[in-house]
Amino acid sequence: MSNAQPLLDVSGLTKHFPIKGGFPIKRTVGAVQAVDGLDFQVAEGEALGLVGESGCGKSTTGRLITRLLEPTGGKISYRGQDITHAGRRDLAPIRSEIQMIFQDPYASLNPRQTVGKIISGPMEINDINPAGGREARVRELLEIVGLNPEHYNRFPHEFSGGQRQRIGVARALALEPKLIVADEPVSALDVSIQAQVVNLLQKVQRELGIAFVFIAHDLAIVRHFSQRVAVMYLGKIVEIADREDLYDNPRHPYTRALLSAVPEATVDQEPRERIRLTGDVPSPINPPSGCRFRTRCWKATEKCATEAPPLVQVEGNKPGHLTACHYPETADAVPAPRLSKDPEAAA
Amino acid sequence: MAAPAATPLYFPPGDGAPSGKSRLMFRFLVRRVIGALVILLIISAITFWLFYAVPRDPAMMSCGKNCTPENLEQIRKNLGIDKPIPVQYWLWLVGIFAGRNYAGFDYCNAPCLGYSFANREPVYDTIMDRLPTTLSLAFGAAVVFLILGIGAGMLAALKQGKFLDKFASSASLLGSSLQIYFVGYIAMFFFVAQLGWLSQPQYTPLTDDPGAWFSGLLLPWLVLAIIFTANYTRMTRSQLVEQLSEDYVRTARAKGLSRANVFFRFAWRGAMGPIVTVFGIDLGTLIGGAIITESTFSLQGIGRLAVKSVDQSDLPMLLGVTLLAAGAIVFFNILVDAVYALIDPRIRLA
Amino acid sequence: MTSTDQQPFLSVKDLQVHFSTEDGIVKAVDGLSFDLIKGQTLGIVGESGSGKSVTNLTILGLHDRAHTAIEGEILLDGKELLTASEKELERLRGNKMSMIFQDALASLSPFHTIGTQIGETYRKHTGASKKEARARAIEMLKRVGIPQPDVRVDDYPHQFSGGMRQRAMIAMALVCDPELLIADEPTTALDVTVQAQILDLLKELQQEFGTAIIFITHDLGVIADIADDVLVMYGGRCVERGTKEEVLSSPQHPYTLGLLGSMPSLDGPVDVPLSPIPGSPPSLLNPPSGCRFHPRCTFADKVAGGLCSTERPLLDVVDGRGSACHLPPKQRGDLFADFAAARH
Repeated sequence: MSNAQPLLDVSGLTKHFPIKGGFPIKRTVGAVQAVDGLDFQVAEGEALGLVGESGCGKSTTGRLITRLLEPTGGKISYRGQDITHAGRRDLAPIRSEIQMIFQDPYASLNPRQTVGKIISGPMEINDINPAGGREARVRELLEIVGLNPEHYNRFPHEFSGGQRQRIGVARALALEPKLIVADEPVSALDVSIQAQVVNLLQKVQRELGIAFVFIAHDLAIVRHFSQRVAVMYLGKIVEIADREDLYDNPRHPYTRALLSAVPEATVDQEPRERIRLTGDVPSPINPPSGCRFRTRCWKATEKCATEAPPLVQVEGNKPGHLTACHYPETADAVPAPRLSKDPEAAA
Repeated sequence: MAAPAATPLYFPPGDGAPSGKSRLMFRFLVRRVIGALVILLIISAITFWLFYAVPRDPAMMSCGKNCTPENLEQIRKNLGIDKPIPVQYWLWLVGIFAGRNYAGFDYCNAPCLGYSFANREPVYDTIMDRLPTTLSLAFGAAVVFLILGIGAGMLAALKQGKFLDKFASSASLLGSSLQIYFVGYIAMFFFVAQLGWLSQPQYTPLTDDPGAWFSGLLLPWLVLAIIFTANYTRMTRSQLVEQLSEDYVRTARAKGLSRANVFFRFAWRGAMGPIVTVFGIDLGTLIGGAIITESTFSLQGIGRLAVKSVDQSDLPMLLGVTLLAAGAIVFFNILVDAVYALIDPRIRLA
Repeated sequence: MTSTDQQPFLSVKDLQVHFSTEDGIVKAVDGLSFDLIKGQTLGIVGESGSGKSVTNLTILGLHDRAHTAIEGEILLDGKELLTASEKELERLRGNKMSMIFQDALASLSPFHTIGTQIGETYRKHTGASKKEARARAIEMLKRVGIPQPDVRVDDYPHQFSGGMRQRAMIAMALVCDPELLIADEPTTALDVTVQAQILDLLKELQQEFGTAIIFITHDLGVIADIADDVLVMYGGRCVERGTKEEVLSSPQHPYTLGLLGSMPSLDGPVDVPLSPIPGSPPSLLNPPSGCRFHPRCTFADKVAGGLCSTERPLLDVVDGRGSACHLPPKQRGDLFADFAAARH
């Protein structure tokens, strides 16, 4: 991962949405700090999972990488080329290499276009003429994603949710991308269908060697899909590591609490550790000083309020396992006490 | 993509959250009134400029048959149109706030909108003379179409798919396709001339004789309302049907609240916003003058004044009427936004 | 059910719910029976179109009466609900039986304060004054863990966070101490850490008040956390039921097995593909013949005579445990074991 140039290199990535207000003349009075200084890399063919709760900035990150949003600060490099503020013309050749899959399979397909038109759309826009013609390519893509090529002329409403998401995958694959940003690609689907789409995406990733940024809130699905996982909280990455390290040896208290909150469909095993965070994620308008997690953390001290912990390889971490915490967890740590502190008062 | 994608709609107290409803409302009103004044200024300037964009000489019209160049010059001077256009506009503007001295006329007190080119009457007095007719017509018709339209819409929503619903929908379609000048004449023919149930439409000031005011305007109200009722029936119905399928209506039922309670306190509350919005626009438009209705029933309101001022190239009158019409629309717009915020606490005044 | 000596508080017998739409008759629920005793939680699992939500709206009488045909019996504390008048139902709703919904923001009125909404339920059923209702609302908000309840009581739902809204919903549902609480995917829209809080809260309140809970979800993990008994629905029918231990540890129906196989876990193998159920959930306009799961079932061809596509498998329940499948139990056990072994 570290020897070759990464496919995607993100450093200090920041997105603040301005808040207008004031009187009598409106001006910018604050900002929603949706994403605040992210550093991560994605290697070729690698799947990076991005997990976190609502409001953590994971979707914004996805839109920044695909440049659907303009970053406020930081740098995004794609294959060494700085695309942070690249204009339309500079982005054009790259747009075909970075594709996106969206959450809502109903809203993200134009209901007035046939499946053939939807999937060949990206090829038309980028003026790509595959050998054998676009239609043949679309039929091939339909086959790859497990749909009947004969359905070329059908409309999205004739398909079920899972099939629509397959169409979305086919559209993303049409330009033979190097990187796919998948924003909650299965969370709108039924459980039995989720697995179908996860398997499809995994097949695509493995067989076509496409790198993924897989954004999801479901920790089990992220674990299943990604080789590396970054955990986000209030616009920051609190921990990033290879899958096994992160899930077996979480060092950040938030990662640990998040994992312990996932309900598992098993009853016969010994009960897992339970950490119950109290309160809600604070507002990203005025995030807590220092470590943003400190208002819900059972370990927080004065230091956490004054000093933002850097995302580094803390003692005991394997290489590539970075944690942003002053007091990282250890495997044999005493289980966290149940918090009773009033989170509102603390904030 | 202007809005943050996944930020929670959650503002803890003291965190950029609304601080004091009345203060917000005050700020909102101040900001909007300033905005409104700017808009009116722009509209009057555009009207002024457009008027002179067409080559014409208002003085020529007042000069009459035996017009000498000296007379013409004098009239121009009296009317104040001998000066360059920007200066004229400036004087007109100053006159509104400070009054204005015209050669050959009485001193024009503030708010002075100048003298009519056509009949040399003060514009302000003429408009004030006509306004009660238009206001009576507008508000009277509004009462009728609100009651009929919302009532029919509510019934239709309650009896979805039943005969009453279909009847109300068909009637509203029929109503919206009618024309005032047509319905107006037919109605006058039957109710006034043939049956003698109603008196010939005319305006009597409310303060003079409430009975005569009412009976003289009843027919215009009803006819004018027919056109609007249809729109309100349809809107009320569709809004209510939508609201009734909302989750919070189901929750209210799950709490054990009765159908009627849920209908009026929940669904109707939600339906009101869009209706108030359209009502504000309609009322603003009506106060600018119901031209066809006034002509049909020979009522001397703002609408006919507007038409006449255009016919006669009467710039001061035209400006006055334009300002009134624009002012009414802007005023009701502000009012609607304020009322909307009162109906729906989710609306943040900004 | 787990203990047979207690009278069921809620008893649903052979419930059939059909509603007419422009496209035809939707057979949303087709012969569903279950009992629930006080203080117990019944988890109902199913995907979209399984009939799980319709069932529960029917219990409260909140279905669209003009377009729905219902057969069967719903007995609440011995009282027949299907024939009860609207007035009688209004007295029961919010009082003896309550419901909480998935999307708390959409399910709370945007026009009224949290306090008003909780208070009006209380006033409706107890005749309390406005002042008493407000005090009760504050008490309930405090009980469900809303900080500064005496201030927050005057907030509107949009001023609450997602988790707090669901807490407020729970407070509203429990304000009259109902004996039955129907929770329709109450945690699906929430983040995991908040979901865990809400599940804990529900369990706590259940202990305190002895409420019977029907918990509807598509998430078997949530079932494992909160339910005592589980009922798995597919295509408007119950395909399997039992205690949660029985259903989750040794599933008897291929659909339940398929659901478990579709879910990745936090400690399972990672480099093997998941075992999804092929196909999509059926349309209830034209449900499949015979066993409604047969078009998606991996084992349908193991049953002789094509029985799966022609005959409805019966749900025979012994001591609260049962499944509706044509495969003989012995054969099922072997096949399922192979299936599970292939996965792990």
